[in-house]
Amino acid sequence: MQYVAKNVSVIGDTGFSPKVKEASGTNIDRCYQCLTCSLDCPVAFTMDYLPHQVVRLVQLGLRRKVLTSDAIWICANCETCATRCPKDVAIPRVMDTLRAMALQEKVVEKGKDIVVFHHTFLSNIRRWGRQYELSLLLQIKFKTRDFFSDLGLGLRILWQGKLKLRPPRLKDVTGVRAIFRRIDQSLARGEWT
Amino acid sequence: MKYAYYPGCSLEATAGEYDRSVRTVCAHLGIELQELPDWSCCGASSGHSTNRQLAQALAGRNLALAERVGLDMAVACPACYLQMRSTCREVRDNSQNREELVRLIDMPYEARYDTRHLLDIIYNDIGLEELKKKVVRPLEALPLVSYYGCYLVRPPEVVGFDDSENPQSMDKLLAALGAEVKDWSGKVNCCGGGLSLNRREIASRLVAEISEMACRAGAQAMVTACPLCHSNLEMRQADGKQNKLPVFYFTELIGLAVGIDEAASWMRKHLISPSSLLASHDL
Repeated sequence: MQYVAKNVSVIGDTGFSPKVKEASGTNIDRCYQCLTCSLDCPVAFTMDYLPHQVVRLVQLGLRRKVLTSDAIWICANCETCATRCPKDVAIPRVMDTLRAMALQEKVVEKGKDIVVFHHTFLSNIRRWGRQYELSLLLQIKFKTRDFFSDLGLGLRILWQGKLKLRPPRLKDVTGVRAIFRRIDQSLARGEWT
Repeated sequence: MKYAYYPGCSLEATAGEYDRSVRTVCAHLGIELQELPDWSCCGASSGHSTNRQLAQALAGRNLALAERVGLDMAVACPACYLQMRSTCREVRDNSQNREELVRLIDMPYEARYDTRHLLDIIYNDIGLEELKKKVVRPLEALPLVSYYGCYLVRPPEVVGFDDSENPQSMDKLLAALGAEVKDWSGKVNCCGGGLSLNRREIASRLVAEISEMACRAGAQAMVTACPLCHSNLEMRQADGKQNKLPVFYFTELIGLAVGIDEAASWMRKHLISPSSLLASHDL
């Protein structure tokens, strides 16, 4: 395993790390790169940067590298790293912050498919107040133009009666929509956390 | 013993059998569940992955509703459970967070009530002795592993009614039902459920590892308390080439053991049918 620091010859954005620390409420300066997070991470095998490397990239202010990475979207927020970190660095909170920053700065690259999922999931909640699973599955299929994978499974789930055909109904769906509207207003003011 | 019951979105559809087993078993055990009126989605991982305030507000609306009815909340899904508890904790820790949340949801909220998972309630409040007294059909010699996954036990400072590395509540509960509970090291592994729809190869690999560990431990089925783990473990085993272990909700097995007739109909919804396994154990 290679430390990112060895390859770094650029000067990073010195304002980046303090911003991430403040927004995530996590003092990443405590990290002493023991690699516990990366060794225990269930999805490390497929990440472009391992969790300890993400922390290092933030410390070094390498904003673009970390915000365009796949790692911040692959992280499943399983909380294993946070539970086992000897220095109490809450990496899932850091990942949440980096994802929100990447969205606000519109620099998502490799994680686009996962962002499509999150946005579809949330737009369904905005519309119905609860998740409408059948609609979610169909929309993901159309948006990713991936019609055939899991087709057999999907039909079996439908056949087993595991998907409700009718959308959920809430009395106060306008109350839920108002929450989303207030968040939109915050985002428009540049408040992204 | 009365709670505001928050089923969560999955229990209305893909995990309908979990919902039915929860309601029936709780009624049988004397836990009164009053469905939280007009509950909405907690935002799940898509909420906190994109916007912290949105995540808090979506969970917060439900917490405020529970406060309005004046009851602690009982939650079935560990992902919802974590969202509720972390929002409640952030409000209790910081008055600025509370003001911001109240502004976003436009409802009063003081964080006066608690949120608990049903496993916690059944294990700690009903207790194993009480449960044992109600068993009429012990799950004798049924070799199981209990699979806790992530949010029942992590992060421990937010959830944590059980140990975060080697939890025992579900193991002891299943043993009280008469099952042969195997010790194994996969009980708090992540199944990758959140990636099951768009990065299925990741989820498939994690599920294959978990079911392989369960088989090596000598189990013939896995038991979960999470609707997302359940559908992910079923789907990614069903389309894989290796083991196809049935997956039970812990409440389904309680139902079976305490002699609720409907229990067999809940399990007919599973993708991996447990019927031959149960038949071979005279259940």
